[in-house]
Amino acid sequence: MATDAATARAARLAGEPWESAATHGRGLAGFAAAIADMWRYRELFGLLTRRELKARYKDSRLGFLWSLVRPLVMLLVYALVVGEFLGAARAIPDFAIYIFAGLAIYTLFSEILSAGTNSLVANAGLIKKVYLPREIFPLATVGPALFTLGIQLVILIVAALVVGTLSIGAHLGYALLAIVLMVTFGAALAVVLSAINVYLRDVAYLVEVVLVLGMWASPILYSLSMATERFEAAGLGWLSPIYTNSPVTLAVLGFQEAFWQPGFSEQYVGDLWVHLVIAILASAALAVGAQRVFSRLQGNFAQEL
Amino acid sequence: MHDVPIVRVEGVSKHFTVRKDKSLKERVVNFSRSQRHKEVFHALRDIDLEIMTGSTVGLIGPNGSGKSTLLKTIGGIIQPSSGTVSRRGRMAALLELGAGFHPDLTGRENVFLNASILGLSERQTRSYFDDIVEFSGIADFIDTQVKFYSSGMYVRLAFAVAVHVDPDLLLVDEVLAVGDEAFQQKCLDKIRAFQQEGRTIVLVTHTMSQITDLCTRGVVLAKGSVVFDGDPTDAVELLRGGFRTQREFEAARAAERAHAPVEAAAPVVRERVEGGAVAVVGADGRPRSSFATGDDIAVEVSVDAKQRLERWNCAMQISNPLGQLVLFTTTDRMRIGVDPLEGRARYRFSLPDAQIGPGEYTVTIALYNGEETELLRMQDAARFRVVAGDRTAGPVATPVAFDRVPA
Repeated sequence: MATDAATARAARLAGEPWESAATHGRGLAGFAAAIADMWRYRELFGLLTRRELKARYKDSRLGFLWSLVRPLVMLLVYALVVGEFLGAARAIPDFAIYIFAGLAIYTLFSEILSAGTNSLVANAGLIKKVYLPREIFPLATVGPALFTLGIQLVILIVAALVVGTLSIGAHLGYALLAIVLMVTFGAALAVVLSAINVYLRDVAYLVEVVLVLGMWASPILYSLSMATERFEAAGLGWLSPIYTNSPVTLAVLGFQEAFWQPGFSEQYVGDLWVHLVIAILASAALAVGAQRVFSRLQGNFAQEL
Repeated sequence: MHDVPIVRVEGVSKHFTVRKDKSLKERVVNFSRSQRHKEVFHALRDIDLEIMTGSTVGLIGPNGSGKSTLLKTIGGIIQPSSGTVSRRGRMAALLELGAGFHPDLTGRENVFLNASILGLSERQTRSYFDDIVEFSGIADFIDTQVKFYSSGMYVRLAFAVAVHVDPDLLLVDEVLAVGDEAFQQKCLDKIRAFQQEGRTIVLVTHTMSQITDLCTRGVVLAKGSVVFDGDPTDAVELLRGGFRTQREFEAARAAERAHAPVEAAAPVVRERVEGGAVAVVGADGRPRSSFATGDDIAVEVSVDAKQRLERWNCAMQISNPLGQLVLFTTTDRMRIGVDPLEGRARYRFSLPDAQIGPGEYTVTIALYNGEETELLRMQDAARFRVVAGDRTAGPVATPVAFDRVPA
């Protein structure tokens, strides 16, 4: 009953190398193997992003216009309440653009992190039944988050044009560096946290809380100098460099440089792009470590979910 | 079959730690007692298995024997606690149909998503797309969101995607019993075509007829260990007989062969009856496979009793492919006093004017001794078809009228 096709298949398989089911070895070699594995599924990222976006705006008439509403309302509330009523706008010119630039990049980070942390639990059905590189799920949350950012950037650019803070120049490159940094840093954290969340579901709630706090731990709604001056005044001067060089602060500064006031950050951090590039490289190293932790933890996903 | 291994399972064990506390609070509260909150469950114990290209391997065993865990380990979904699993070629796992279907997406979008999850590129999916839709038979609904699908449509589409993935190795877990009869036949035909093409299939099922019909090798698991590995018919017999190990089974069988009293170690002593041909015959006594409702149907069975049986009881069961019982009876139930059985004999169950509805049916024959111990079972030994008009569907063919009730 061995047909020609069967014989040909057997001959081909005899020549194929053995691969170990689902384990990728150790160290950097294991990381490279995992990346290669994910590369084979690269088209899935696009499909999962489309799935997410379609599901998000299913059956609503206005569809993705709704994703404009939330940031616009936030912008309005912060500009009015924090800016005008509480007086922050007196110290910061074009306050609306300032906070919106910060909010836009922070939303990218928080969306990757919160959706990413939940991603494995949300896709439990798939993970238990089909093998595919599981890192795909936290990483695939980057797509929808970038989509949200895209919409916010449209608002931001239009607003910056209207207010007149937008100028064309090399400083726009800061926005790109900031996005790359937030994607790398956010994805690296999401990979680790999603894996831990499988074993300890509290992580997802913890992340939500930390993200709310995190918004106040970077100069989004107030100015950087305000924070550093307070640190000095409280005798905690050593906190200033930590605060200033946190990846989120650097990304926020990058966006503010690009869309609000080019050159303002030089007095605080010197060459911002150097800081950004170093932070990106550090995040990339973090991502390698994150994947290694993930691969350690993923052995028991199928029964823990 | 070829001597090219495609899967190698070496010394694989898997134990689960069953924890009862999941949240941080529970962990903290129970910290000092956390050791007591752990239970270790051994799902697989030191399994070695090599699967050859082109073979169809059935994994069977009672519930909790570890067969699904073994399948998932081969599929890379579960990592073994120790030991290694290696494999080669493209693999597709059919562990649950429609895993990854999103209810808000249309059938078309889900085909692309699901195919991508199973490892097809978008270009490949596009080239198979028409085949997939045709196989599923739901072309009219392909642009409808799948949340509006019936469960039958859902699995049809999912199965259609899965079998078009072009795998070298297909892992199947209890999913062949989906859809209506015609679709099931289609699925089984597809599996047979896969076998012809030299694809390897590893199958977990509780349907023993699938093991004997489809498989070239049967592996029986019990409590996480392989207790039998070999001929699928023997594997099924071993499982049915309740033998615990391959040695026990072989001892019993060797004893049977030798016609000698069975050794003390073997648990069962049996009168031996061999089953011969089972045939479905028509009114003229000639074998037939197709009948109309109301035809005379008879089932003839040859048996060969190696020892004289004073009291015995013969059972016949007719089922449809979904495993639903259509008719079951025994000579005891019919209060038929049977003569002692010795040597060869042929018996007949007659169903004059059989009011059976249209469909496919299989016949199983079993024979018991006076103590109701099963001596012989011929599962799905014969099959026949009833062709009738489309006035009614289902195995019951009773006249149905419809008219207005006078007020």
